[in-house]
Amino acid sequence: MEPLIFQLGKKGRTAGAHLLEGVGEMELPNNALRDKLPLLPEVSELDVVRHYTRLSQKNFSIDTHFYPLGSCTMKYNPRACNTFAMLAGFRDRHPLAPEMVSQGFMKCMFELQEMLKAVTGMSAVSLTPMAGAQGELAGVTMIRAYHLDHGDDTRTEIIVPDAAHGTNPATAKMCGCSVRELPTQPDGDVDLVALEALVGPKTAGIMLTNPSTLGVFERNIKAIQEIVHGAGGLLYYDGANLNAILGKVLPGDMGFDVIHINLHKTFSTPHGGGGPGSGAVGVGDTLKPYLPVPFIARQGSNYVWEDSSVHSKSIGRLSAFMGNAGVLLRAYVYMRLLGESGMSRVANYATLNANYLMEKLKSVGFDLAFPSRRASHEFVLTLKRQAKESGVTAMDFSKALLDEGFHAPTAYFPLLIPECLLIEPTETESKETLDQFIAAMAKILEETQRDPQAIKDAPVSTPVRRLDEVRAARQLNVRYSYQDHEGLGEIEDPRSL
Amino acid sequence: MSEIPGQLKFTRDHEWVREHDDGTVEVGITDHAQTALGDLVFIELPDTGGSFTAHDACCVVESVKAASDVYCPLAGTIVNTNEILIEKPELVNDDPYGEGWLFRLRPDLPGELEGLLDDKNYERLLAEDNE
Repeated sequence: MEPLIFQLGKKGRTAGAHLLEGVGEMELPNNALRDKLPLLPEVSELDVVRHYTRLSQKNFSIDTHFYPLGSCTMKYNPRACNTFAMLAGFRDRHPLAPEMVSQGFMKCMFELQEMLKAVTGMSAVSLTPMAGAQGELAGVTMIRAYHLDHGDDTRTEIIVPDAAHGTNPATAKMCGCSVRELPTQPDGDVDLVALEALVGPKTAGIMLTNPSTLGVFERNIKAIQEIVHGAGGLLYYDGANLNAILGKVLPGDMGFDVIHINLHKTFSTPHGGGGPGSGAVGVGDTLKPYLPVPFIARQGSNYVWEDSSVHSKSIGRLSAFMGNAGVLLRAYVYMRLLGESGMSRVANYATLNANYLMEKLKSVGFDLAFPSRRASHEFVLTLKRQAKESGVTAMDFSKALLDEGFHAPTAYFPLLIPECLLIEPTETESKETLDQFIAAMAKILEETQRDPQAIKDAPVSTPVRRLDEVRAARQLNVRYSYQDHEGLGEIEDPRSL
Repeated sequence: MSEIPGQLKFTRDHEWVREHDDGTVEVGITDHAQTALGDLVFIELPDTGGSFTAHDACCVVESVKAASDVYCPLAGTIVNTNEILIEKPELVNDDPYGEGWLFRLRPDLPGELEGLLDDKNYERLLAEDNE
């Protein structure tokens, strides 16, 4: 096991190359000096480089491994997006820089707003939400603002399908609404009869992901739209699965009033580590007055910021400035690289890869959760039969995949399907990679019949073996005591050195 | 097959209810529910004195796989909760019908208990789900 960086090195060792002349002699008043030196690792530059390189080599990442983590769209993000977003003119621009010296950046952001309108079918877009969850918050806050603005303070119920991402009901609660759960039918579509019974004068709206987290396109979307709008509610589109329909069908045409888009996910920023993200929101005409500020407008040939001084009904600001500029720029570059035809190519390959993988895995003996349905960009396998026959669970299967050199798919989500794996190959993988994954899955399946214990013992080739997740959750301990290590005791008063 | 004791009542959402002489009822989750959830790592109990109607989410049980709501089986007021579970959620896995009880409830409507499933009907429900 790799030691902690505090355990490396030796007392008094430094990475001296980066110390500037005279830095230790800055004249600070005595009361501003600390009593003790900070407890930092004492290592050389080479120690640092080797330590972090070794750690990175233990990791699974898109740069090294196929990563079919369903619902997360762990696709490859072109290096060009990063390179262009890091141009000095973008990188060094201060967020409070005046409009007259920010026209290039503002033009990019304006064009991004326009492109997002085009791919969602919405009539206005705000780029300010800093993450998907904040985009959801903005969306439902706008729905609430709309009802209150129309003197309708009784509409406080948000309908959420039972297969939804957990963030949907959490968002509804954060916005002061109560959640009504909508059941799913055995074929994967939502239950329209139940929906009819749920809607009423308290309905604020419905939050829907289409294609859903079950990996199927909601075929009754038109009927859903009619029922919810008919009852006076609004429709919220969770853009989590947008790569499946890019350039094919517009959420605006499906009748949605508001959408959030995970730009970091669908439009190419490395993600999955907790940020930075971007949850841009788009709205139809109904919700346009409530859009979060600021956004960029064009006046003649100039680009200007518009805030609540122009849009008095706006739900307000969501961040100090205007969102995560770096992520927005990456999304802009990505969309410019792909162009209009590239958008539908994303959906073509996302769905083709998923359906190829699904059919092949079915043919080698896996059970599909929705055998009658075509996959969207992801699909659900259930290992219920295997768990019953051999005791090998979805978790065991996931661990065994690590030994085969693949990141595990999402396991035990959606919660509706017992012993499930949610598999999303994404649009960036080649047929050869998919074939290797199929071969690995078939091999593990065969082994569950021959030697189930071997699968239950996996992984055996990773830096750490099977972790005790229960103990980690029940007795979480992430503290490291510096004093516990030999030779790393307290350092003397700096003024005595 | 999971354990289903007689003398208890059950809900379709896999809660069990035990009637006590003082008119209160004890509520927990069934052996089937704890098996499906896996090892519990966190439990959020309702506040004593809180009042709920039947099917209200009143308690959360979280395992390494998922967090799940526990629904109040009957309309009533919470009179006591099993606070040991905050430190030892594993009691629900080890002894779901005994030391792993979640809360005690004083029902509002005495007749409502009769509407719940008995052990035979609950067993049939599990058998159907398994098909």
